[in-house]
Amino acid sequence: MDEELHDLAQMLQSITLFADLSHAELEAAAHTFGEEWFGEGQRVLRQGFTGTGFYVIAAGEAAVRLNGKDIATLGRGDFFGEISILLGEPPTADVVSLGALRCLVLPGPALKDFLESHPKVMYRLLQAVAMRLRNTLLWES
Amino acid sequence: MGELRPFPPGRYPLVVVGSGPGGLQTSYCLSRLGVTHAVISADPVPGGMFQRFPIFQRLISWTKPYAPAERGSRAYEWYDWNSLLGEEKDHRALVAGCMDGSVYFPSRSEMHEGLNLFAERAGIQVRYGCVWESTRHEEGQFTLGTSDGEYICETVVFAIGTTTPWKPKVPGLEDVPHYAEIKPLDAYRNKEVFIVGKRNSGFELADAMLPVARRIILASPTRARISVVEHAAVGARARYLQPYEDHVFGGGNVLLDVAIDRVERLASSGYRVSASQTSGSRKLALEVDEVIAATGFTTPLQDLPKLGVAIFSEGRLPALTRFWESVSVPGVYFAGSTTQAATGLNKYGIPSNSAAVQGFRYNARVLAQHIAEKRFGIKRIHTGIGPSGLVAHLLAEATRAPELWNQRSYLASVVDLSESGMSNGGIVPLAHFVDTAGPDAVAVAVETDLTGDIHPAIYLRRSGRVEEHMLGSDPLHSFETIDHQRQLEALLKPYLG
Repeated sequence: MDEELHDLAQMLQSITLFADLSHAELEAAAHTFGEEWFGEGQRVLRQGFTGTGFYVIAAGEAAVRLNGKDIATLGRGDFFGEISILLGEPPTADVVSLGALRCLVLPGPALKDFLESHPKVMYRLLQAVAMRLRNTLLWES
Repeated sequence: MGELRPFPPGRYPLVVVGSGPGGLQTSYCLSRLGVTHAVISADPVPGGMFQRFPIFQRLISWTKPYAPAERGSRAYEWYDWNSLLGEEKDHRALVAGCMDGSVYFPSRSEMHEGLNLFAERAGIQVRYGCVWESTRHEEGQFTLGTSDGEYICETVVFAIGTTTPWKPKVPGLEDVPHYAEIKPLDAYRNKEVFIVGKRNSGFELADAMLPVARRIILASPTRARISVVEHAAVGARARYLQPYEDHVFGGGNVLLDVAIDRVERLASSGYRVSASQTSGSRKLALEVDEVIAATGFTTPLQDLPKLGVAIFSEGRLPALTRFWESVSVPGVYFAGSTTQAATGLNKYGIPSNSAAVQGFRYNARVLAQHIAEKRFGIKRIHTGIGPSGLVAHLLAEATRAPELWNQRSYLASVVDLSESGMSNGGIVPLAHFVDTAGPDAVAVAVETDLTGDIHPAIYLRRSGRVEEHMLGSDPLHSFETIDHQRQLEALLKPYLG
């Protein structure tokens, strides 16, 4: 059964990562991403588990948890899971929902094609990753 | 006549709404566990959906007359995706017995006959023709308003299917027929037909119209996903792919990757479809004779969102726990195809089969067990497993357990490894096992990897932490080899004595 997600396209448009996409591209992205709902305390990404996806937070917050300690909080528009997919390695930390959490999800194997066919999203993603790296370096110095 | 109908309005410990395969399986399992309940259904007979869908008569889920496992055995369930699960022998593999043997996909009438036979042989009582109309929730109890009167209960299971036609909000699309409203095939003779949607329902229509339509155009924003490429039954199934081959060969019928901007009815007859290519900037305007929206279905949740049942996916699915309970209204459970809302681990983007009978029949059995335990205090008896039999048990489950093959990366077979003795923990949702603290235990699941290879996956919970271990694949899918034994023995060494 087909599942065209017109409103999901509108939701995508309001997220920075997808801000440069045309209407038709947004429709295609809405067809490519799925949507998942997580309750309080559920694990979205699991440390050491294979086969993860690329997640973009549509609503709610999640914690990045390393060995039981929260090291970062993610909110609407933030994304995670890309490092594991890009490196072909299981995640090195858990991501756990802090209350009700809605995410857009792209299957891991689809990320490469999606980024290659949407260079503007790739650029936005690189900017966000660069910002994270800068903040980490500032924190460590 | 009239008062022979079971379950008159009144107070019941639990009410199941729906008599499709999800409702029937749930009722069957609840009864076997001793949970008193009523079943009400708007339909006149079991499996009402199969009176209408699939439109072109034959299912896409196999029931193989001859298979590597004996018909009626537990292992045979992997080769029979359509029969409901029975404890007694004459409740099992009933769809297989209703088929004429000419095709291993049952016809709609064969499926319907199998469901009828299951309900009849198992003595499943249903109050048919009783329409659920409204819901109230007060002081821990639910009141279901129906066409027959009020039902009061503390636990309710909605097995209401994903059966309401759904269309995306595209201007003009509201005026074209949905897949569910298709005309007789002859109405499309020598017509140019534009089908919105490239999943199974779209391909089903296109495949059926090949001999009659002049030209068929299948359109959606992304390329068609094919089951053999996606390694999942959600992709368009192989038996519907002739239109795809026509497209590849340039044989008149085409697949377009476009976003539909607008559909307009022409004054004379037919439609104009305006669309934008999704992998380019080209605009298209096509004039066609017919447009059909093969855009899927939604769950008829009625007033449940007003009751506080949290929803997502544009309101089409309720947000559920791992045991298919509403996250926001405890006591409200879902069975049948709506259980797809609890997505599980979704590894490599391969979803569960919870949207289909082959998957949700197992969810129903796990759900009944969970409800019996949690809401009615009926404890499951855990049978013991000796350390010497642990490895063989897990590998046998990985090789033959139909729950694991039908619900890959979703359901797991568990053995508790407590110090007082090992015991069979039964089938549980894998996400529940890996995310729940508890004593040492091991779970086995069957999983498809990035390349499409199928593996046993072992999840070992030790000192409260669960680790994943993938065992090797096997070209014949037999995981009871010496290599698998050695791998698993090394992993479980501390527990093997």
